[in-house]
Amino acid sequence: MLHTYYQIEARKKDGLLIVRLYGEIDHHNAMSLRRELDDMIMRDRPRRLLVDLSIVDFMDSSGLGLLMGRLRLMREIGGTMVLLRPNARIMKILRLAGMERFMEIDGIARKGEG
Amino acid sequence: MYNTRKNEINRIDITMPAISENEGKARALVAAFCAELDPTAAELTDIKSAVSEAVTNCIVHAYRVKKGKIYISIRLFADKTVVISVRDDGCGIADVKRAREPLFTTDAENERSGMGFTVMENFMDGLHVGSRVGKGTVVTMIKRIAS
Repeated sequence: MLHTYYQIEARKKDGLLIVRLYGEIDHHNAMSLRRELDDMIMRDRPRRLLVDLSIVDFMDSSGLGLLMGRLRLMREIGGTMVLLRPNARIMKILRLAGMERFMEIDGIARKGEG
Repeated sequence: MYNTRKNEINRIDITMPAISENEGKARALVAAFCAELDPTAAELTDIKSAVSEAVTNCIVHAYRVKKGKIYISIRLFADKTVVISVRDDGCGIADVKRAREPLFTTDAENERSGMGFTVMENFMDGLHVGSRVGKGTVVTMIKRIAS
């Protein structure tokens, strides 16, 4: 049995789709995450996608590509995307890529937290 | 590069198939071995991130056409530095300078961000890339543990 290093929790409310990612987002996991998230977005067509990163332990640049790809899809359907509560280590790679220029990032951990 | 460093206190050499399932395992192995130098959580994440990028490059780019192996060596030194090399026998990089440019990727259709080398350069304290087309690539990185 393959061990998965991530999980997705999703809930919908008033045009919002809130997705909580767990675990590690790397090239291996990004492949199936991409499919699952795209299926959700195209099925539910949310006005706003909130991606909760608070319990993501690790993310490399494959995760950046995953997030940018979902942002592109949300824009195609006329929606927006927000990243929620990345810990300080996740925020480091998000800042390196200048992600705050492309999408809203809320609930950023203070330095030293997470 | 970095091969003449003295006062090596420990070393491990790992060979693994270049399959995506091994990306997380490579990170875990490197983190476990580097724990001897007592890094902070942030330093450990920097090292894991850089190794993850180098290993992923092997899988996604070096062995795009044929299967192969990844060779990782981790060397610990008395001055609390770690030198990590990630080597492949894959296709090699024709233009290393261009490959290291932020956002440059040869695999945009698969949502590659082109940030792999940028992460390695920014999260580690030194990076050297050697490559020969048709022969393979060696990425060597150094991290000084400040804690």
